[in-house]
Amino acid sequence: MFRLVRQTIDIPSVTRSIQRPEDGAVVVFEGVVRNNSNGKGVLYLEYDAYEPMALKKIEEIGARAKKEFAIRDIAIVHRLGRVEIGECSTVIVVASAHRGAAFDACRFTIDTIKQIVPIWKKEFFEDGEVWVEGAH
Amino acid sequence: MNIRVLLFASLADLAGTREINLSSGGFTDVDSIFRELTADFPSLQARRSSVLVALNSEFATLDSPVKDGDEVAFFPPVSGG
Repeated sequence: MFRLVRQTIDIPSVTRSIQRPEDGAVVVFEGVVRNNSNGKGVLYLEYDAYEPMALKKIEEIGARAKKEFAIRDIAIVHRLGRVEIGECSTVIVVASAHRGAAFDACRFTIDTIKQIVPIWKKEFFEDGEVWVEGAH
Repeated sequence: MNIRVLLFASLADLAGTREINLSSGGFTDVDSIFRELTADFPSLQARRSSVLVALNSEFATLDSPVKDGDEVAFFPPVSGG
């Protein structure tokens, strides 16, 4: 399951969508909106994306994770639009027979999302707003 | 020659638009399109060294060749997750 969504991510349903009886490990990563950035209070975030390319890149990352790690399946869901403090912006669920590969694939997936998926976050403060731009 | 240009995040804010359709001729590579954009939106020029490029939804570079009907996107380093 690879999706870009504009409403709250139902994490248990993402897990249910891929978990099978043969899985011995399910690793879930939640990226969560923090109330501060560089010491400044953040009110909320907004995510923008080049949607067709972002979805394509997320699918490619999922395929790479399945190829490079001994996992059985992976789901990736990313929020777009406004996301409140404490809400989940990104969910990765990895299902596999054993935990090691599931942890490794999950780490690889979030790190690679942050490097190559065309999604941008804008931080909203009391006194303004700023686009966050990754290091490249 | 028709090229669909997409801008995202801070680049869209600088230009005040997310989509521009270029229909003049003479575009050879992505850089020729970026130069056309900076003529219309000079504030984009400062982003030249950090801009990322996608050609038809795949990462490309300023020297990638373009053809009629291509979709070219310019955007800053990504910050999802």
